[in-house]
Amino acid sequence: MEPFTRLRSRTVVLPAANIDTDQIIPARFLTTTTRTGLGRHLFADWRYDERGAPRADFALNRADAQGCSVLVAGRNFGCGSSREHAPWALLDYGLRAVVSTQIADIFRSNALKNGLLPVVVDEPTSAWLIAHPGVEISLDVAAGTLTLPSGAAVGFPLEAFARHCLVHGVDELGYLLARGDEITAWELRQ
Amino acid sequence: MPRAPQTLFEKVWQAHEVSPESAATPAVLYVDLHLIHEVTSPQAFALLRERGLGVRRPERALATMDHSTPTLTAQVFGGAPIAIDSAARQVRELEVNCAEFGVELLGLRHAQRGIVHVIGPELGLTQPGKTIVCGDSHTSTHGALGALAFGIGTTEVAHVLATQCLLQRKPRTLAVNVHGRLRAGVTAKDLILTIIGRLGIAGGTGHVIEYRGETIRALDMEERLTVCNMSIEAGARAGMIAPDETTFAYLAPRPRAPQGAAFERALDAWRQLPSDAGARFDREEHFDAQTIEPMITYGTNPGMVIPIGGSVPTRGDDAAFSQALAYMGLTPGAAIKDQPVNVVFIGSCTNARLSDLRSAAAVLRGRHVAPGITMLVVPGSQDVKRQAEAEGLHQVFLDAGAQWRESGCSMCLGMNGDLVGAGQYAISTSNRNFEGRQGKGARTLLASPLTAAASAVRGRVTDPRELT
Repeated sequence: MEPFTRLRSRTVVLPAANIDTDQIIPARFLTTTTRTGLGRHLFADWRYDERGAPRADFALNRADAQGCSVLVAGRNFGCGSSREHAPWALLDYGLRAVVSTQIADIFRSNALKNGLLPVVVDEPTSAWLIAHPGVEISLDVAAGTLTLPSGAAVGFPLEAFARHCLVHGVDELGYLLARGDEITAWELRQ
Repeated sequence: MPRAPQTLFEKVWQAHEVSPESAATPAVLYVDLHLIHEVTSPQAFALLRERGLGVRRPERALATMDHSTPTLTAQVFGGAPIAIDSAARQVRELEVNCAEFGVELLGLRHAQRGIVHVIGPELGLTQPGKTIVCGDSHTSTHGALGALAFGIGTTEVAHVLATQCLLQRKPRTLAVNVHGRLRAGVTAKDLILTIIGRLGIAGGTGHVIEYRGETIRALDMEERLTVCNMSIEAGARAGMIAPDETTFAYLAPRPRAPQGAAFERALDAWRQLPSDAGARFDREEHFDAQTIEPMITYGTNPGMVIPIGGSVPTRGDDAAFSQALAYMGLTPGAAIKDQPVNVVFIGSCTNARLSDLRSAAAVLRGRHVAPGITMLVVPGSQDVKRQAEAEGLHQVFLDAGAQWRESGCSMCLGMNGDLVGAGQYAISTSNRNFEGRQGKGARTLLASPLTAAASAVRGRVTDPRELT
């Protein structure tokens, strides 16, 4: 995995709370057997009309949203299924971070394994970001800070090992494989 | 020195720590049983190939097919091609992957195939004290037998295949205590919907739930599976129930449970698992079972739930709430009872076991579904299907005008050809009523098998107690 230390980007905002993984990537796109190419199906049922044309009123379709790599969303983003297709679709579309006041457990775990940064901020920060779509923010992974256009830095929690893996591009599978002898010793004790 | 009192969760967690967590690193947690299905595994096997890795302990894995598989007999057994090409490809790919990596597969035409969370307990593979994972969020189901079971992503599926371990931070514990007796016509589904309605769909985030109290003790195993199944709908990755005589009696005759002397030895270990007196939970909640009514959802997540005699809530300035009701085509303040429905679905890992089919059949026996209603009854496994047919339940459903299918996830999620049409109302015994879950534009009302069957008869949302 590529090291992920900093990101500076404008935001695109989906204010709804409880955006579930069925919205992020509907189940009918899950019959794929690869990790790539899911970006075009991201938020498919919100993003396209019945004829498959982009809906002009959907945030991701607006001209000023193009090139944004930070998604700001309402509370409890990523609830629902364990489909890793959700972070795959967000990343394939070009997003690198999701900012919310709460992010569902399995989604957060899947996001981190793919280099998608889950950023949990306090309610006032979230409310301000939701009210000001398109602002430029910066994220510092090592410091765990989100810097607002005003220059104010807001902290966000990141589990120590996840932070280490992101900043240094460490692959968790490699880390686990290196513990092979310990795992064997544990198995022999059972 | 006496050991500090521990919860069921803590005992199972500790027994599987290859190494405990520290400030800098998560725990390395050993996985006893890895369940695999066709939708969340192809990219994991691909990762093994890319890295030149094998499966560390293939005997601890079991694969089946359920999510994208058809339920029409012609496509399963009759030689007709699977209608969805990409689903057919997933089926073939799982066959190839299991053969290449030495993983046992209960494939499309296998007599023991079924929904992954139905067959684990049914075969006796799900056992107290085990750690169980699967690339599916409803893996929480298996906690009903006192296992620690949770859903994982596909990268983690690869981790478990390659190392039999996962890196995990220890979750917090939440005791859900339920007291009193469920009234007639009120089921385990109504209980768990009530719990989710109160906790909220993110209320259990970061926690493992232990369901406790005399109401839980009085549930049979299939009811307990329904309760633990929907733990994830409250945001909790796992739900657990302490193993007891109900658990042991359920497991004793199962083909892959320990047999003979091994079963006796296992019992000694299983009896040590329940939470110790005085064990502390990070959080506790209490529920009174006697006040619970048959429940039904009205919105676009499982926390948007009301008693069947209730009205759709009113919330002034809440855009998400208004959006949910607009999607559902329902009006704040309107009664949910008598809402017309188009489709009735009895199935899914929540409510497709034999007792669920029996309770739906009890309502439908001698009755017919209302004109214009499409009703699917989809058994949770081929074994459930055979047992139901041995009892003649399939004939009750067919006589009532319902369709009787091969097992699978079916209409719970729109990816296998079983779909609810745009704008249609489906009363469903499944677990999620998200926008588009059962098909683009589909409007899902979650309820118990009793309520779904009663509503099929009248063609509108019906309190099952009115039909008994």
